[in-house]
Amino acid sequence: MLPGTPIVQAQGLTVAHGGQTVLRDLNFNVARGEIFVIVGASGSGKTSLLRDLIGLQPPAQGRVLIEGQDLYDGDDVRLRLLRQRMGVMFQAGALWSAMTVGQNLMLPMRLFTDLSRPAQAQRARLKLALVGLDGAFDLWPAQLSGGMRKRAALARALALDPVLLFLDEPGSGLDPLNAARLDGLILQLRNHLGTTVVIVTHAVNSVFAVGDRVLYLDEVEKTMTALDSPQALLVNGPPRVREFLHGGQAPALPRNEAVLP
Amino acid sequence: MQVAHPPPNHRWLQQGAEWVLELSGDWRGPAGLTLSAPGTRVPSPLSALAVVDQGLTDWDAGLAAALRECLAPLARAGVVMHLDRLPEDVRAVLRLALPAAGSPPPAAAEAPPGAREVLGRRVLHSGHQALVTATFFGEVLLALGRLLGLQRERSGLRLGELLRQVDQAGPLSIPIVSLTCFLVGLMLAYMGGAQLDRMGAQRYIADIVTVGMVRELAGLMTGMILAGRIGSAFAAQLATMKAGEEIDALRALGVDPIDHLVLPRVLAVVLMAPLLWACASLVGVLAGLLPTTLVYAVPAVEYLNQALNALTWTHLWIGLVKCMLYGALLALAGCREGLHAGRNAQAVGEATTAGVVKGLVWVIAAACATTVVFQSLGL
Repeated sequence: MLPGTPIVQAQGLTVAHGGQTVLRDLNFNVARGEIFVIVGASGSGKTSLLRDLIGLQPPAQGRVLIEGQDLYDGDDVRLRLLRQRMGVMFQAGALWSAMTVGQNLMLPMRLFTDLSRPAQAQRARLKLALVGLDGAFDLWPAQLSGGMRKRAALARALALDPVLLFLDEPGSGLDPLNAARLDGLILQLRNHLGTTVVIVTHAVNSVFAVGDRVLYLDEVEKTMTALDSPQALLVNGPPRVREFLHGGQAPALPRNEAVLP
Repeated sequence: MQVAHPPPNHRWLQQGAEWVLELSGDWRGPAGLTLSAPGTRVPSPLSALAVVDQGLTDWDAGLAAALRECLAPLARAGVVMHLDRLPEDVRAVLRLALPAAGSPPPAAAEAPPGAREVLGRRVLHSGHQALVTATFFGEVLLALGRLLGLQRERSGLRLGELLRQVDQAGPLSIPIVSLTCFLVGLMLAYMGGAQLDRMGAQRYIADIVTVGMVRELAGLMTGMILAGRIGSAFAAQLATMKAGEEIDALRALGVDPIDHLVLPRVLAVVLMAPLLWACASLVGVLAGLLPTTLVYAVPAVEYLNQALNALTWTHLWIGLVKCMLYGALLALAGCREGLHAGRNAQAVGEATTAGVVKGLVWVIAAACATTVVFQSLGL
């Protein structure tokens, strides 16, 4: 890959779900080392777009390039290698329930590395310590609280030291303290390990806490309507984006004024 | 004494440049109330409208609902609403419920499809499902090829997972399979004996029971019991994993769920099928001993001797092949339904039911087909 090539490129993407077009005409790049936040109201197609970006669902039209390689076009071995460079944390954690937390972290290592079992366990413990779950190695996913499950899922996403991390609603279901801790952890991962992070969220606090750039998906227009830093969008973004970033408190949309007392 | 309530009333008036909607009377009641549209007297485009309480005696949520129906198109068209002369509770509800200017109208409900369209959709759906099933079978065969080293890629099958599934499918199924086949063997001997007794050929009860159990019924009953016990479990496990994004997590990692989840389950059932079939056959044949000796007075030694004489290698391997085929089919049916389930809790139940039903149908169809084929071949 040429130096300076974006790590993720979405070219003319049309995203469909259940046969219906959810988003169209998406064109954006994610730079290496960037924290790129995809936001939008519920039902705007954020998670469907994420599924396209992580290789779970081919786009109806357009291409997704990861490190310059088409994610949906190529031989299986090369695509598998490409996917191993990506870590994904799903919204509900998606820990494999038939395995302990430690086994969840060790499975990717067992499948894709030549590490011995003790080395796998050692690294799994390191990743768990990184997310503040030192003692959870032998626990079962069912024994974890919602917040712990999310952190364990993040640790699993980091198992293969990915260069690109996708996080689906990382802060949802967490109390403000844990959500802020998770934001801090995401920043540290980027700052210290250089990991590129793509986050799908509707948590405005996280957008400002970690986001370098924000892509706004409009559920009415069914496409991206803004792409810039959160601060720039807050001031100069389209009305609906400003309203979203203000947490719905700034009435940026035209309304029948007399209806409001 | 009953209090007389004035009926609900409304009228449209023009006051200067603004139109006024006056409301009066009692706006309560179980029947839905409607307001007339502004009508042709109201100029178009209408710019401002005031809704006024002109003697409302009583009202419930129906008033706000009726007003919203009437005013929503006007609000969307950008008409400025003056609602301050309405009761506070009605005003508060309308403030929340009226759409913003310029917002799109709700999509009209689709007309229910006609009978031909419904039929067409079902045919298309069935065709699609058949295609999904064929693709799934192909994927499993490819995974088997990887396991046997017939392909360049390495198989992702985990031995630990295979052993765990073997434990679930095999030893834990022995009691229920044995009980079922005991009852079937008993029934077969009793009913077979009743027919043979009329010809004085009771000593051949052992032939009926042995050939029937070993060649056909032990495998079929084992398949049917496992379809309920194991096929449903497979469908539920995989559908739950699908709903919880666990299968997506595997795919995102580049792990083939067929290698990782389906193949261990199918192989476990196929490997355990001979054990269960042997157990079922033995119990069934021994169960036949009871009515044969107690009801038809055939000595036990003669029954056992006749059973051994009736048992040939052909019956044995046909029974064995059939049972393994049924095991593979019921496991595939459960896994197919689980892996292609929807992503919600209801889908888990639907996948479980479909896994059992499909498993039973496939097993019985396979039993019928193999019986015809083996008989045609003179085996």
